[in-house]
Amino acid sequence: MAIIERPSDTLALPPGAGVARAPLGVFSRPRAKTGWRSWVATVDHKKIGIMYGASSLFFLVIGGIEALAIRAQLAAPGQKLLSAGLYNQVFTMHGVTMIFLVVMPMGAAFMNYLMPLQIGARDVAFPRLNALSFWTFIFGGIFLNTSWFLGGGADGGWFAYAPNTGVIFSPSHGMDFYAIGLQITGIASLVGGVNLVVTVLNMRAPGMTMMKLPVFTWMSLVTQVLLVFAVPVISVALFLLTFDRLFGANFFNVQQGADPLLWEHLFWIFGHPEVYILILPAFGIVSEIIPVFSRKPIFGYPFMVFSGIAIGFMGWGVWAHHMFASGLGPISVAAFSVSTMFIAVPTGVKILNWMATLWGGKITFTTPLLFSIGLVAMFTIGGLSGVTHAVAPADTQQTDTYYIVAHFHYVIFGGALFGFLGGFYFWWPKVFGYFLNDKLGKVHFWLTMVGFNLAFGPMHILGLQGMNRRIQTYRDGYGFNFWNLVATVGAFIIALSVLVFFVNIVRSKRAADLLPPPGPDPWDGRSLEWSVPSPTPEHNFDDDPLVVHFDDWWHRKYQADETGRVVKVHEPEEIAMIGDGSRAHLPAPSYWPIVMATAFPLIGYGLIFNLAISFVGAVVLVGSMVGWALEPSDDEDQPPHGHHDEGGDGDDGDHVAVSLEGNEVTVGG
Amino acid sequence: MQAPVAADHGHTSSTGISNTKLAMWVYLGSDCLLFGSLISTYLLLRHRSVGGPTAEELFDIPFTSVSTFVLLMSSLTMVLAVSALMRHDVRLNRIWLGTTAMLGAVFIGGQVYEFTTFYREGLGYTTNIFGSAFYTLTAFHGVHVTVGIVMLMSLLGMSFRGNLGPERSETVETIGLYWHFVDIVWIIIFTVVYLIP
Repeated sequence: MAIIERPSDTLALPPGAGVARAPLGVFSRPRAKTGWRSWVATVDHKKIGIMYGASSLFFLVIGGIEALAIRAQLAAPGQKLLSAGLYNQVFTMHGVTMIFLVVMPMGAAFMNYLMPLQIGARDVAFPRLNALSFWTFIFGGIFLNTSWFLGGGADGGWFAYAPNTGVIFSPSHGMDFYAIGLQITGIASLVGGVNLVVTVLNMRAPGMTMMKLPVFTWMSLVTQVLLVFAVPVISVALFLLTFDRLFGANFFNVQQGADPLLWEHLFWIFGHPEVYILILPAFGIVSEIIPVFSRKPIFGYPFMVFSGIAIGFMGWGVWAHHMFASGLGPISVAAFSVSTMFIAVPTGVKILNWMATLWGGKITFTTPLLFSIGLVAMFTIGGLSGVTHAVAPADTQQTDTYYIVAHFHYVIFGGALFGFLGGFYFWWPKVFGYFLNDKLGKVHFWLTMVGFNLAFGPMHILGLQGMNRRIQTYRDGYGFNFWNLVATVGAFIIALSVLVFFVNIVRSKRAADLLPPPGPDPWDGRSLEWSVPSPTPEHNFDDDPLVVHFDDWWHRKYQADETGRVVKVHEPEEIAMIGDGSRAHLPAPSYWPIVMATAFPLIGYGLIFNLAISFVGAVVLVGSMVGWALEPSDDEDQPPHGHHDEGGDGDDGDHVAVSLEGNEVTVGG
Repeated sequence: MQAPVAADHGHTSSTGISNTKLAMWVYLGSDCLLFGSLISTYLLLRHRSVGGPTAEELFDIPFTSVSTFVLLMSSLTMVLAVSALMRHDVRLNRIWLGTTAMLGAVFIGGQVYEFTTFYREGLGYTTNIFGSAFYTLTAFHGVHVTVGIVMLMSLLGMSFRGNLGPERSETVETIGLYWHFVDIVWIIIFTVVYLIP
């Protein structure tokens, strides 16, 4: 499959060696700029971000269909649409899909695309590892979902309490797929986490100090630090579960003296930081959108940053509030109760700062702002019901009821997903070079808002009335009928809103040719991603931007005149970097990340079905490691445009070399 | 940013630490949580076995002390390897890299011997809860050491192909970080698992 694609780029110098080198004789260096090959081999953080976004929307449809199946089953008492066993699988896979395959990668999409742009970098610190995280994630997600065709999905709930997940109570292969599939997506998260942490810390443009980072980048950093430390904990839990199920270990075997609380502790030490991993990127997105559409800088920037960090730290000290009903003893319960109440403080600081940013601003109610305000409002409701869980006696009543279901949908859907949807509308012109239709966007917003509140609002009532979660039906005469029907109607309205979103994407794309292109800075933005053309060119910045202020891009456009009034001194088109990238040096694409990522599901299938498949996977893994190590991260047959690079033999790690010569950054005024 | 490349382009990283080294530190931070979880699991479960051989019946402290000493000495030789390369002594660097890998291999050999002995004395992986916890914890550490040996052998290979000059001393140092981390983890495991009853 050696396919050589010669660059058609006439700017390129004649290649030095003349022959494309094929490391190990397997692959020639991928050169395609368009077509599927350019996506498969890409190491470009923007393409990887787009692929994360597309796959998260794909899994959103799958998880959404599962949600509709649940709601259809619960629309009326005593329905038989799903059997009890199938219902267990559907709600488990709904939770796993939405958390690990929708919200997490959607956050990763924004972080991958935007974070390097916001810090003024050409790419992430390790571009090939970035591709590896994406492919590992997508193969892990596909692996998890193939369980539907190979004996049934996981059926132990997304938090998979032991010993319910042992072979005795869950004899199908579903939980094996759960344990190994999440292990694979965990590898993806860990690799991505290390990569993005290093990127934020190390790849900042000159002058971009930590306290000038946009809030979104700060929240990405906190999120990735949480991931780096949280993932190994669930990895251990999943290893123990895998070893129990496949090799007969005794970790959760109560007859052999096991303690079922071990799983709960390990899972929630991961699980509680995980909820901040889900929400913090959305907090960051909203912190970018609200200032732009209020035409004010973010209120209390240092408070936004430090409250994010505080959430990141305190998120490690509240996990046992998920376990108040498990008999931890009064001292633990009291301690975790108090810490849980405390964590509401930094979150409240954020809510206050968003409102203070809006206060007195020149507000334009575009779709991104509507979704952001939606987040602030809905997350506040979810946060308040969260504080009621901190009160242990009340929580003991609420545990395992629909009140909890209502709470976490308000924070994850009403919080994270609202933020991401706003982010889609906000950065769509930057990523794809055309606007999403604002009118349809508003229809999308209001449908989501109404559907969401109809679906999950009534669950508060149902929960307090005592309706259990995770049970496939309920009896007539408990007073559950009406609100369940309302929730089901709401769920289908949400489905309609998602449909409107997809229609909007297609229609706006069609209309895009007739409309003027958005230009580099359609919203009069504040951070550096708006200083480059839309869609972002492959090389991001012509030269490293030189950062002087927080919201540097805004300060280049606006200055104070003699009377102290802020006036526009430059149009964005005048000072945007619209060069051809001739001074940029980009990392070369590679096939090895996707090849290596195929090894993980192979090993997984092998562990479940036949060790021979695992052996093939192991061979692929080791082979691709060798190929990866021997392939230089730079393409020496492809000299960089404009200048010759003598340091091209760095074959032991990825790097992005950035040329600094002739730094011609225009600083406004 | 690799040191030679950074020199070429005059671009240094924002923190002054190279990307590769910083990534190693972040990864090791993550690995602390991995071993933290495994050690906690062991501590929770070790006295809960229903029958079967127990730690007290099996452990051979003098033997494990010797293999612990061997692993600790490999940290010393690792430091000597980095120091040799920094002083432009490629030959000595190879010797110490080889010695480090060999000491690591002796440790792994000791672990294999220990596992075999325990198995013969009746402790299988599934025999009791202590067996599951003990083998899992120590095997995870053993896998880490093995990966370290593979990395050291790769460095040796690079060195013999002439790709590991003094300008790459940071690569050796970064792998050294990993090696020392694995040693420190073993000190904790040795104390917690073997020495504290």
